[in-house]
Amino acid sequence: MDQIMEEDFRVIDNCLIIRLPEEVDHHQAGYISENADKHLLRKEVRHVVFDFENTRFMDSSGIGIIMGRYRKISCFGGRVYAIHADSQIQRIFKVSGLHKIVEIM
Amino acid sequence: MRNEMEILFDAISDNEGFARVAVAAFVSHLNPTLEELSDIKTAVSEAVTNSIIHGYENLYGYGRPGRGPAAAQEVHPGKVQILCALEGDMLQIQIKDQGKGMENVEQAMEPLFTTKPELERSGMGFAFMEAFMDDLEVESSPGQGTTVRMKKKLGCGSWIEV
Repeated sequence: MDQIMEEDFRVIDNCLIIRLPEEVDHHQAGYISENADKHLLRKEVRHVVFDFENTRFMDSSGIGIIMGRYRKISCFGGRVYAIHADSQIQRIFKVSGLHKIVEIM
Repeated sequence: MRNEMEILFDAISDNEGFARVAVAAFVSHLNPTLEELSDIKTAVSEAVTNSIIHGYENLYGYGRPGRGPAAAQEVHPGKVQILCALEGDMLQIQIKDQGKGMENVEQAMEPLFTTKPELERSGMGFAFMEAFMDDLEVESSPGQGTTVRMKKKLGCGSWIEV
């Protein structure tokens, strides 16, 4: 199973882009959240983009990651986006109600 | 046709992936749809994660690669048991731990309720199990561990439209 690495976090303009691993579960969640928060401390970062291109599995731990980041940036007018989410991931969004706060593109 | 399997593994987060893939592989000869497989994997992952971080309070591991000793050395690992039974196209899964159990099962099952907000648990675990499986039963009492029983009929296709 692949692990998420430092280079999966990139800042482009005012967006933090996080390329998520193949499986987003509790086992990986802590590292993703911790690293994301390190980048969020940089002043220029306003929005967060979760890239699901490589992701084939996500459980409620992924919802926790996204909700946590949303809480941190929404009060400063930041937005959370999800890109390349396949139909399974979109079902998870729908069941959890997350599609109301995340822009799925 | 009837078919059963049982697995027993240490309650460490490294095993979450193994557990859900093992259950998915067990039903694979029934030719389930991708959606059904994904539903089963999500539900198993939720229940196993609950056993590990709530039942045994094994917070070590928590997805930090290459730091500190291996999770198994750090904590007293309990065991999680998964029992699967297939009868025709009906899949039954039982996920059992001997962890600390819960006093209030009903409250634990409420969406968004979590006792570990500091870990950014979303509180959606039981809600996901309920949404993705056809039937969910939770049996637990303090000090007695927790048993989750889930059922799903395979070969039904999708019921949540995206």
